[in-house]
Amino acid sequence: MYFKTDNLSVGYGGKALIKNINIGVEKGKILCLLGPNGSGKSTILRSISKHLKKIAGTVFIAKEDMNSLNSVEVAKRLSVVLTEKVAPELMTCEEVVATGRYPYTNHFGKLTDDDHRIIEESMEAVSVLDLMDQEFTHLSDGQKQRVLLARAICQQPEIIILDEPTSYLDIRHKIELLGILRSMAVKQNVTVILSLHEVDLAAKLADTIILVKDNTIFGSGCPEDVLNDGVIKTLYGIEAGSFNMLMGSVELPRTCMSDSRVFVFGGDGYGTRCYRALHKSGISFCTGVLYHNDVDYQVAMSLARQTIFEKSFRPISDVIYEQACKAMLKCEVIIDTGFDLDGETNRNRQLLELAYNTNKSILSLRKQTLKSKAEVQQFETIGAMINSEKLKLDSDEMSSISLCS
Amino acid sequence: MKISRVGKIAHYQIVFMLLMLALIGALIFSINSGSVDMPVKDIFKIIVFGAQEGSVESNVIWKIRLPRLIAAAILGGALSVAGFLLQTFFRNPIAGPYVLGISSGSKMFVGFTMIVLMRYVNALPSGIIVLAAFAGSLVSMGFVLLAARKVSNMSMLLLVGVMIGYICSALTDFFVNFAQEREIANLTNWSMGSFSGIGWSDIGVMAIIVFISLLVVMMLSKPIGAYQLGEGYAQSMGINIKWFRILLVLFSSLLSATVTAFAGPIAFVGIAVPQIAKILMNTSKPIIIIPTTFLAGSVFCVFCDILARTLFAPTELSIGTVTAFFGAPFVIWLLLKQKK
Repeated sequence: MYFKTDNLSVGYGGKALIKNINIGVEKGKILCLLGPNGSGKSTILRSISKHLKKIAGTVFIAKEDMNSLNSVEVAKRLSVVLTEKVAPELMTCEEVVATGRYPYTNHFGKLTDDDHRIIEESMEAVSVLDLMDQEFTHLSDGQKQRVLLARAICQQPEIIILDEPTSYLDIRHKIELLGILRSMAVKQNVTVILSLHEVDLAAKLADTIILVKDNTIFGSGCPEDVLNDGVIKTLYGIEAGSFNMLMGSVELPRTCMSDSRVFVFGGDGYGTRCYRALHKSGISFCTGVLYHNDVDYQVAMSLARQTIFEKSFRPISDVIYEQACKAMLKCEVIIDTGFDLDGETNRNRQLLELAYNTNKSILSLRKQTLKSKAEVQQFETIGAMINSEKLKLDSDEMSSISLCS
Repeated sequence: MKISRVGKIAHYQIVFMLLMLALIGALIFSINSGSVDMPVKDIFKIIVFGAQEGSVESNVIWKIRLPRLIAAAILGGALSVAGFLLQTFFRNPIAGPYVLGISSGSKMFVGFTMIVLMRYVNALPSGIIVLAAFAGSLVSMGFVLLAARKVSNMSMLLLVGVMIGYICSALTDFFVNFAQEREIANLTNWSMGSFSGIGWSDIGVMAIIVFISLLVVMMLSKPIGAYQLGEGYAQSMGINIKWFRILLVLFSSLLSATVTAFAGPIAFVGIAVPQIAKILMNTSKPIIIIPTTFLAGSVFCVFCDILARTLFAPTELSIGTVTAFFGAPFVIWLLLKQKK
């Protein structure tokens, strides 16, 4: 292990909050701490970076005890991006980045041509070169964060520690920032240790993941092995709503009503957008028949009151078809999301045709409607459909809405 | 080298030159103004060739005006640099030795020392007074630091500083009640704040203290620059924060104590001048700002001293009155600007 802690205990004022931390990461790999707010992620990071005095144990960088290194030697090996807001007055971005050269410059901090080159390269790497002469305090949060990362890179460390670097960043800047970290790890062999709030991003970025909960190390390993829906629910103590690791998406808590009166024909991803729209309006629904390997299945399992599904790669069996018929016939409103009608033995088409021959209200998103006895309303957009009179909740239904886990 | 970098350096040089010219101008103007009228030519002769030795004119120049304006230049610079250090330390543009009650702490200790020791001796050596002032400023600083642990809000900290100032003043007044008349005359004169009555030996002492401190502070400009990014980052660059903070406290206290020891408490110079220096130079790089602050402080205090002497001559204003007149509105402006 290039970086590792040996029975590290961390805490404040001499009191250990987290004891016996044994974590490690190879050179050029990314280690990510994951856990709810206040779980102790920052405490661990601050102890590793020596901002907090550790209570016990040892931290090793390349087999060297960090205690045996003086502060300048540590600064040459390890740089940080902190959560604390900085507001240096009248400092240009270049000057902020240049502070990263601190451990290398002479007593008066004179920058050599070499230093200037490294400063420019670091700014280039996080694409803030054009901000060079701008005053730091005038930047947006996203730009500031990138400049601070350039500063950390400019320190030419072997390890970069970042405490929640993606807070305040919009989705584009999050992606960019983490992309930069990934390429630094791969190209320059820099070891990255960070904490993140975004489970999905962490899983995609990190080589090793450490789960921290209630001041204990709750689990660790390769994110692909460690993270699953159950672990995340426990880690964050999620009671309502759900997190789907496979989809990397969060679903809000399901609304429950005594009975659903809407049946949605889904499949091939056509269903998902409808499910979410219905769910937001508090309308409970059944859906089917979905194959187990359909994306709609993943979302439906979180949101639908009843999901009728068949195992992958086989025709829909009679039992499942019967189930779907029963569920569909119980509903008053049918939504046709425009799924694929092709195929000799397409039983979903069969089911839809059955629906069209009943007296139910049909809301269709399909471009070309089938011939029908039933009352069919066509919609171009989901937005228009969801506001349809047919989907209005009556007062009884309104009052019966409640969140359920 | 990049063009913008060359441009910046030229800018620094021009501003620095202008400040030098302003200082020379202010010094010439200062030595030329006063109750005894003298032509510039004569003054020049007296200073350079030692002409008319023993005459009234020579005495006025050598014993009154020259020490006074040199003291104003040295102490004005020292006070401003003390302000800069405190602003760095508290990361607050409105910090200064006067508002934080540090000058008042010095005043209290000097007053107390005077009252006690003047019973036994006629005149106190300036070294003793500086020591007393230094001790006083450290005590005040100690209280401010204790408060700083509890309140993170900067305005609150300043309020605490102002209160500490009031307490020190109250205690000083309390001691004065027990003082003999001769001591009171000495004390009130000094506590109003003035550059008058400073002799050449005093100038020697203050010059040594101030210039050595200035040298040390200049040597600290690299860590000061890093500290502007905050303690966390400064530490991650390899600064020993504990020692750095101790040095900042010691030298800001020493500089402001030296000023208080010789000229009494002077308000607002410490806050206003470093800010002016930053605006003039359009940077906060310590290696540039420290000498600029010193120079600008010299100019400002020599200028204020001229006003203090001449505005209502022959009555002299206290230096604090004049500096407050210019400094206080500037601080209000700073406060309003901060709110934005």
